[in-house]
Amino acid sequence: MNHFTKHVAGLTVAAFATFGLASQAQAVEVQEVVSDGGIHAWLIEDHQNPLLTMNFSFTGAGAATDPDGKLGLANMVSGLIDEGAGEMDSQAFRGEMENRSIGLSFDAGRDDFSGSLVTLSRERDTAIDLLRLALSEPRFDDAAVERIRAQIVSGLKSAENDPRDIASRTFFKSIFGDHPYARPVSGTFDTVAGLNANDFRGFVGRAFAKDNLIIGVAGDITADELGPLLDEAFGSLPDHADLPAIADVTPKFGAMDVVQQDIPQSQAIWGQKGIKRTDPDFYAAYVMNYILGGGGFSSRLTEEVREKRGLAYGVYSYLADLDHAEMMMGGVATRNDAIGKSLSLISTEWTKMKDKGVTQEELDNAKSYLTGAFPLRFTSLGNLSGMLVGMQKEDLGKDFLDRRNSLVDAVTLDDVNRVAAKLMDPANVTVTVVGKPEGDLTF
Amino acid sequence: MKIRKISALFARTSAAVAMMAAVTMVLVPQLSQAAVFNPQTATLDNGMQVVLVENHRAPVVTQMVWYKVGSADETPGVSGIAHFLEHLMFKGTKDIAPGDFSKIVARNGGNDNAFTSWDYTGYFQNIARDRLDLVMKMEADRMTNLQLSDDVVLPERDVIIEERRSRIDNNPGALLGEQMRAALYMAHPYGRSIIGWLNEMETLSTQDALDFYHKWYAPNNAILVVAGDITMDELLPMAQKYYGAIPRGDVATRHRVKEPTQHAPRKVTLRDPRVGQASMSRYYLAPSYNSEDAADAAPLELLSEIIGSGTTSRFYKALVVDQSLASSVGTSYNPVAVDLATFGLYAVPRGDVDLADVEKAVDEQIAKVVDDGVTQDELDRAKQKLLDSAVFARDSLSAGARVLGQSLAVGLTVDQVESWPDRISAVTVDQVNEAAKRVFNDKQSVTGWLMPPKGGPVTRSGPSIPFENDGGVH
Repeated sequence: MNHFTKHVAGLTVAAFATFGLASQAQAVEVQEVVSDGGIHAWLIEDHQNPLLTMNFSFTGAGAATDPDGKLGLANMVSGLIDEGAGEMDSQAFRGEMENRSIGLSFDAGRDDFSGSLVTLSRERDTAIDLLRLALSEPRFDDAAVERIRAQIVSGLKSAENDPRDIASRTFFKSIFGDHPYARPVSGTFDTVAGLNANDFRGFVGRAFAKDNLIIGVAGDITADELGPLLDEAFGSLPDHADLPAIADVTPKFGAMDVVQQDIPQSQAIWGQKGIKRTDPDFYAAYVMNYILGGGGFSSRLTEEVREKRGLAYGVYSYLADLDHAEMMMGGVATRNDAIGKSLSLISTEWTKMKDKGVTQEELDNAKSYLTGAFPLRFTSLGNLSGMLVGMQKEDLGKDFLDRRNSLVDAVTLDDVNRVAAKLMDPANVTVTVVGKPEGDLTF
Repeated sequence: MKIRKISALFARTSAAVAMMAAVTMVLVPQLSQAAVFNPQTATLDNGMQVVLVENHRAPVVTQMVWYKVGSADETPGVSGIAHFLEHLMFKGTKDIAPGDFSKIVARNGGNDNAFTSWDYTGYFQNIARDRLDLVMKMEADRMTNLQLSDDVVLPERDVIIEERRSRIDNNPGALLGEQMRAALYMAHPYGRSIIGWLNEMETLSTQDALDFYHKWYAPNNAILVVAGDITMDELLPMAQKYYGAIPRGDVATRHRVKEPTQHAPRKVTLRDPRVGQASMSRYYLAPSYNSEDAADAAPLELLSEIIGSGTTSRFYKALVVDQSLASSVGTSYNPVAVDLATFGLYAVPRGDVDLADVEKAVDEQIAKVVDDGVTQDELDRAKQKLLDSAVFARDSLSAGARVLGQSLAVGLTVDQVESWPDRISAVTVDQVNEAAKRVFNDKQSVTGWLMPPKGGPVTRSGPSIPFENDGGVH
């Protein structure tokens, strides 16, 4: 989840999204709210229940910006800023949250530092005050720092021998080499041991600012009520963030990496070049991936690997976009003596998609799913506020909810097959296998 | 990292487990989020219950059909058949070809999945309201017209075995949990692995699945729960048309073995080279809303909240904050069961602290609760948190359907679900303290230690890079 907002001028502008699939179309109104202090947020009002969710994101403040030797800094800050702030030590702060049923959490991804706030209307003012304190006056008391450090170290230990974690870190090291994306978001035993309060304060001062903030809100609040709360929560932040630029990177694909581990089932992930979210062909690629491996039981990979042959419980592919790199990725887990067979089948499907594309029927089925299922995303406030942040981050416009299904519907058979021929790259796929695979492994 | 949960569901795909787990985490300790859902109910002539939770936020509905049968109803030696049948319910009828069920749902813009636990098996679709008729017709069709043959059953048996490897065999923590439950229940089938013991799974047959299907799947053993943008006036005729047309079945009665008196605490230690972080956990036999001492259930929900929920709970404050012995600690309790429930706790040691020292500190906290009890202030705060959780639960389209379905499937009533806030509000300090004394009985407990092999972890291959997808809007 990413939450960041930009601000524009004082008027509330609304867009309406309607869903034509249902017999009675309903509208979702996206309002743009700009506070007196110039903080912008997108809002979907919904007064069904007395609660609201706010998602926000500080863009470009994720783990990719961790300084060399201080890996895990953004992640550790995300675990610490709700562990005591202002006059309240950790137990006092957490007590205010828990006793009032206020959900406040932070998360560091590779690109962004994000947060979410969930509160009953009754506790709205306290919730906003806790958020303000966390962002502007975190304490970083020694006891809390050591406690959270111990939790992070415990997580690193758990991940050390976990096959999925091993596969993931091996894969990213393989494709990203020296780029910051190759580095662990949670840091290493050594770097986490060395992080201190000065590092955390430095990060907060650099990373949280008005010019890299995106905010999405959904629930029981009006635009007029929201404005002052935005100033309260975010008004004291500096105008400008001070973050290093991260270079765009072209991942290196084509390796087969095997990590031996004595487990009964081999875990494989793979990836190849991807497509930018802003590419005019993005939706054609998105539809193609649905048909190939994104569509669950409707996908070709599930049909070939699971349904016909029982070789896996799950097999999938997806488009993965970071701010500075794009991949098309996938995963499967199969018993050691048959993982080679699974990979071979997947490779065949990869090539088949490139060479022959999809059928009109597959395209029609994909579109009817992707457009018909879109309203299913509107069934909880958290989904709505999270989506508002994503829409702003990707610059999709307030009317995106209204336009989105037409973007899917506009994809033609020619589009999909042209993009498949261009994008699918079976000769340059990096595969990572963790387990005790037997026999040949090729993609 | 501050919350860990014990997964008790197996499903057709992992997405369903994630979804159920999310609900479990929020709702389960608090049975129901009660008077919150305001459900409407009806019963068809053939005995099938119908429950509706209206929610008009978006023009969509969730349809769930819950069967009152789960892995604890399996015949000994045929473990895993409840979950296997759940997978096979997607393998076709005379009208729907094998594998087409989910494809048809998808072509109509819907998602579908299914899940199995000890006491129930559930199937659901999330879809536009004007497609409810279609998926209801299909769900009713497979309630009575399932067709199975070896050519679709045998590959699917390989799938559930791969599922077992993914969820259990590749995961030492899950393996330990399976061993602990087997040790906790000496006679009752809750000690059985839901997904099944591997040696028995390998022998499951088409006939086993059909036998189980014919024995348990019928409208009078099922509950239809619908949530979303529809009224009872619209729903009931549709339910009558499709489910009402199915004759009542001659459904077996659940005969569960009664757990005998237990006389000794048990200890299970799993050492595995894949364990990077040691931990301890413990299960106590506990009452459910259906068992003897059911009156202890609401007090135990509050007890679990007071001692083991969140970062200001007693256990967290003592072990993690004050004593610095643990990096995380917590409790779990879900009283929604046909028979007994489990009160669970876990602790992860901090740094190089011994498991024995962590366990000793846990035991000191338990002794303190048993000897001195909880305070009125602790109870008041816990009540407020549980009552608030009901409001959050109402926000989700499917949470109400899940809580109601789960509760009805184990034999509770809608009224019991809806009166949950009243029950929670009425609990006294004395009731919590008496329930604590009864539940913390070592003689009916199992303690599990998860450890690396003697001599320490085998590999140290470096830190983790969990990759999260971009979270982008597509």
